[in-house]
Amino acid sequence: MKVLVPVKRVVDYNVKVRVKADHSGVELANVKMAINPFDEIAVEEAVRLKEAARATEVVAVSCGVAACQETIRSAMAIGADRGILVSSDAELQPLAVAKILKALVERESPALVILGKQAIDDDSNQTGQMLAALLGWPQATFASKVAVLDERLRVTREIDGGLETLELPLPAVVTTDLRLNEPRYATLPNIMKAKKKPLETVAAASLGLDLAPRLTTLKVIEPVARKAGVMVADVVQLVDKLRNEAKVI
Amino acid sequence: MTTYAAPIREMLFVMKELSGLDAISTLPGYEEATPDLVQAILDEAGKFATEVLAPINASGDRQGNRWADGEVATADGFKEAYASFCETGWNGIPAATEFGGQGLPITVSTAVLEMWNSANMAFSLCQLLTLGAVEAIAHHGSDALKNTYLPNMVSGQWTGTMNLTEPQAGSDLAAVRSRAEPRGDGSYAISGTKIFITWGEHDMAENIVHLVLARLPDAPPGVKGISLFVVPKFLVNDDGSLGARNDLVCASIEHKMGIHASATAVMAFGEKDGAIGYLVGEANRGLEYMFTMMNHARLNVGLEGVAISERAYQQALAYARERVQGRIIGDKSGDKKPILHHPDVRRMLMDMKARTEATRALAYYVAGCMDRAKAHPDEAVRKQNQSRLELLTPVVKGWCTEVAQGVTWNGIQVHGGMGFIEETGACQHMRDARITTIYEGTTAIQANDLIGRKIAREGGHAMQALIGELKATQESLAGHADGGLQKIGQSLARAITALEQATAWLLAHYDSHPQQAAAGAVPYLKLTGNVAGGWLLGRLALVAHQRMGGGDAEFHGARLVVARYFAEHVLPETAALRDAVVDGAESVLALPEGLF
Repeated sequence: MKVLVPVKRVVDYNVKVRVKADHSGVELANVKMAINPFDEIAVEEAVRLKEAARATEVVAVSCGVAACQETIRSAMAIGADRGILVSSDAELQPLAVAKILKALVERESPALVILGKQAIDDDSNQTGQMLAALLGWPQATFASKVAVLDERLRVTREIDGGLETLELPLPAVVTTDLRLNEPRYATLPNIMKAKKKPLETVAAASLGLDLAPRLTTLKVIEPVARKAGVMVADVVQLVDKLRNEAKVI
Repeated sequence: MTTYAAPIREMLFVMKELSGLDAISTLPGYEEATPDLVQAILDEAGKFATEVLAPINASGDRQGNRWADGEVATADGFKEAYASFCETGWNGIPAATEFGGQGLPITVSTAVLEMWNSANMAFSLCQLLTLGAVEAIAHHGSDALKNTYLPNMVSGQWTGTMNLTEPQAGSDLAAVRSRAEPRGDGSYAISGTKIFITWGEHDMAENIVHLVLARLPDAPPGVKGISLFVVPKFLVNDDGSLGARNDLVCASIEHKMGIHASATAVMAFGEKDGAIGYLVGEANRGLEYMFTMMNHARLNVGLEGVAISERAYQQALAYARERVQGRIIGDKSGDKKPILHHPDVRRMLMDMKARTEATRALAYYVAGCMDRAKAHPDEAVRKQNQSRLELLTPVVKGWCTEVAQGVTWNGIQVHGGMGFIEETGACQHMRDARITTIYEGTTAIQANDLIGRKIAREGGHAMQALIGELKATQESLAGHADGGLQKIGQSLARAITALEQATAWLLAHYDSHPQQAAAGAVPYLKLTGNVAGGWLLGRLALVAHQRMGGGDAEFHGARLVVARYFAEHVLPETAALRDAVVDGAESVLALPEGLF
């Protein structure tokens, strides 16, 4: 079974994000970038499937600028066998990424596509679902446990108020939640080996797809700063404020 | 408590511009270390340092090690962190590939080691000692010793120690008394007491390989009668499996000022019938063997100074950004703002930052010399780099660690009263830093090495060559169109003159007035460090200025400000240090003993 793992290059989760002065987006110049943590979990899961002899090959894919190669190398340092960069300098929204991935799925014929439920930059939470819809494949989102049973998958997913277990036929799309696994630290020998693993570049434009953005960003602003609190004299006043000012009780 | 984030951009900038990383990665044996691989290594190492090692730094300091019946239990989390450290292959980063290491350039392992030290100095000492022992066995041991011990030590499955010091033999190793008696089968029975053995006993690895200095029965007295032995905690069977427990025991561990999570052991060898040990290399050459790796160990301790300064700076900066206190002088808004806006807090942070960056510049520059001295195909280049490396090794060790004292001290000062409270975490850095000017040769020992072996003994040629390069950079700065760079150049000119005058005085007086020269040795070492630091920051400023038009004006602009601060606030100290060297010895030596 071949597994395709899409990985996105995002601002490192440790970075304090700043809005650009012209409010067109967030500052990315010289900001530390890293693999999207949810996608890292997807890579880890795919590599574990391979180590358990459930998967035969793990292919990491990233869509975007040339620097996304670093993200693919990170995936390969965890254990992905090879990588594909779909290069594009243009903005790629979830639908465009889903279309690109569909084209790659048709070329690579994986039995499973596993990716993060969302990316920590725009939190869209759309790509996996759109890809499943475009492919007409079953999908299991927010996976917290994945088991491969012959031709089927059993996926436990986190839903409001508990866990839901689904069984779906392969091929399928799975999106990962935080509790699926804890990604390993890449070992130094594997970081060095990752450099020698094959990494192919495909120009997005060569795929003949309509990748134009469907959404326009009007303005990006910082969240409103928290206002200072006030001291209340007693419980009566507190209850009064909660009821009449905050209107929460 | 704050976390630690590796300053990867600063590190890479220094590695490229001062160590010469791009050229190093073309040297034979180092071809794998391409810039993109190095970036990936630093990223992953930084992640490991932040997520695994930094979180157990403060808890390890509070808890320390627990000794009971010769066994040492390490602080919570250390065993697991060490297992992860070895699994991920970090232990053997600079070690030879034939024993399972990665054979990466010293420049690369130096940056990675800085991260481990910043994140958790007590933890990283274990690797430092193991790698030192690996180096000694690799250079001087027989093939049998290498094959038996090195693979497991490089992987980290076994750790290593250095057993030099004895109660009566500290800085003066000629006084070593531990004995080694031939057992008739090629091995030796070792007996004696060793103290201050870093990571001498612990529960993180299945075996501990002690390197022990001891005397053979027929050994001549003094330094020429000391041999080096491998003495494992568990004997190793012919098939490589672990055998009987050797006759050595950790008699106790010390209660220390800092590095609490690293056990400092008193080791008792041969209390029963002698600990079985194996001679490394030839008899009576032990001290000489220790010295071959002592240079590397000294650079690594200098690096600890850089690392702990960086950690203290990050901690102080985080506090200064957060702590709101008082109105800012000259600020018309009248709003209360974080203390980072107070001019004197800024001065302290700039001081910490500039001195930290200067020490990093020197340590990485010397790491680059080490790589070229080892791997460059041209013998003349190897020699030149070896000479520079030898000259600057005592400066890296002595100066970077002395600077760390002031930086960690300021780290507390920035915090105000909170800095004096242990829970804040600023104290730990100052306590941890304190040992670095002492172990692996005190600052005075480094300074005596510098003025004696490295300058006077060879007629000052290595220093003259360095001064020539300082002047070239100084001229580029002073003649630059940019006013800020000119100012750095002018200040550097005065500092270079101070160094030249102090060096000339030393060369003229070292033989005739050895006491006077030694009285000024430490000021001379600090003078050399300050000038070298100003020179290297000046070189970085020249590069940064060229790149100001590029995409990263903020980063490069900061390098200019840092170099300028150093030129305006630190380089002027060189004149005072020169005065102390050339005209200060008399008062050091004048007071009769009884009047002290």
